[in-house]
Amino acid sequence: MSTATATPASSTAANDLGYKSFSAGKFKFVRDEYFAHIFCPGNRHIMQIDAFLRALMRDVGWGFFYGTVNFDNVFGTVNHYGTVEMFVGLFNDAYRQTKRYYVETFQSADLRKVFEAMLDDWTNEGFDPYAAPDETGLVYGRKHGNNTNALKRQRMVAKRMVGLPGDLGYRTDGDGYTVNRQFTDVPQDKPEIHAEPGFEGQVHAFNLFAYVSRSDVTWNPSVVSCVHDSQFCATTEEHALPIQHGNDRVEWFIQATDEIIWDVDDGKTGRPRAKVTMKAGDVAAMPADIRHKGYSPKRSMLIVWENNDDRLPQMYGKGELKPYPVEF
Amino acid sequence: MGSYHTVFGSLDHYEKGGVQVIDDDPKHYVFSNCFEVASKSKPYEKVAVGQNLKYVIEAIRAEGTSPWYSNAHDEAVLVMDGEVEVHLLQPDKPLVPEGKEGSVQLKGEPAGKKMGWVKARRGHMTLLPKGAAYQFRSAKPGVLLQQTIKGDFTIERWAEICQTEA
Repeated sequence: MSTATATPASSTAANDLGYKSFSAGKFKFVRDEYFAHIFCPGNRHIMQIDAFLRALMRDVGWGFFYGTVNFDNVFGTVNHYGTVEMFVGLFNDAYRQTKRYYVETFQSADLRKVFEAMLDDWTNEGFDPYAAPDETGLVYGRKHGNNTNALKRQRMVAKRMVGLPGDLGYRTDGDGYTVNRQFTDVPQDKPEIHAEPGFEGQVHAFNLFAYVSRSDVTWNPSVVSCVHDSQFCATTEEHALPIQHGNDRVEWFIQATDEIIWDVDDGKTGRPRAKVTMKAGDVAAMPADIRHKGYSPKRSMLIVWENNDDRLPQMYGKGELKPYPVEF
Repeated sequence: MGSYHTVFGSLDHYEKGGVQVIDDDPKHYVFSNCFEVASKSKPYEKVAVGQNLKYVIEAIRAEGTSPWYSNAHDEAVLVMDGEVEVHLLQPDKPLVPEGKEGSVQLKGEPAGKKMGWVKARRGHMTLLPKGAAYQFRSAKPGVLLQQTIKGDFTIERWAEICQTEA
């Protein structure tokens, strides 16, 4: 294995199918009509191209997110908030036991540039990796067009609460945020706000469920309210989470509507630990030492509750904090 | 083809999921349901259903008129069921010392200037701004989730509300 910091290389000329290949350190990425091929010293790996791009979109869109983004049970990235590890087999028991795993460390900004370029080149016209499969076209075949605008969506982050003066705005028809086809029965009414003169903008409320019903992406939490480092991150979920998220801290889920079934595996080995079924009103923690993948048969609303304290990964990593949040 | 039906929960009707353990302790998932918790709570008890170090989410049964509260930091409250009024008041003097964490229950209505009020229904989120005093009023039983910091009035009854058996 290697842990040396590596510099991403530029992309190569397009292959016969029209796709460029990309390199980062000793990793090389090649796409064909159906698959993404990943090569690194001692290993090759293959993923279906739609699954690869959906995972890549989250990794890029979230800035490598909290902790580990497992594209599948072999390939992924670990965020160290400034640097990022890219790996094959690092959190796979068989790769670890046979010492087949491979890791390289990159400056986050450098690897992000490579990932963004790869995502843009490999995404064809009509395919939106943020959309549910039923809402988008296919990505197979020869290169045809692109969908750059869909890839450039910014993660939405409220500083205090959505809708406050100077903070993140509402989602409206006029801005292109129409109510999703699976949420047409979600009330769009507004809270009644009766502010006394001089307190306009301080007496504040908004319809969170209506706001979430207008999300045009899936599995992409956006911050809607904050209490210091406590962040409510609301998201719409449909079909399957395109990654297995490996926690570097405890996070919590509040199921606001419908149902999600979570597969919970051990963070380091991938060994199954639990299956968590969440229905409307359920609240559950995801411990700091697991990875999870969710399945939402119908589009549902989930509030992911994060603690944004940047000291936490190190504290959990050193064992200063227990991986589960409450003892009783 | 039928239209989609979004499933919400309520005090009157909720279904609870659960943890199917394969190789773990179900208590590690601290699994509960806010409607079930509120159905067994007294009005305006602030029962923690989530804790992330010092931060908590409290499930509150809104019924009748609550005490007045204040805080030294922003809080947010989300209506999960019912229709709840949130009355806000700017106190004449700070009611909670700077740095104090969690919501603080006050003795009676504080002196101050009315800021206004909000009528919120299911899915509506209301800001409880730093330094303000606030009171909830709900003609019928409802359920609130409050995003705040663990404080003197946070109630912890994890063993009663969470799944403990596989």
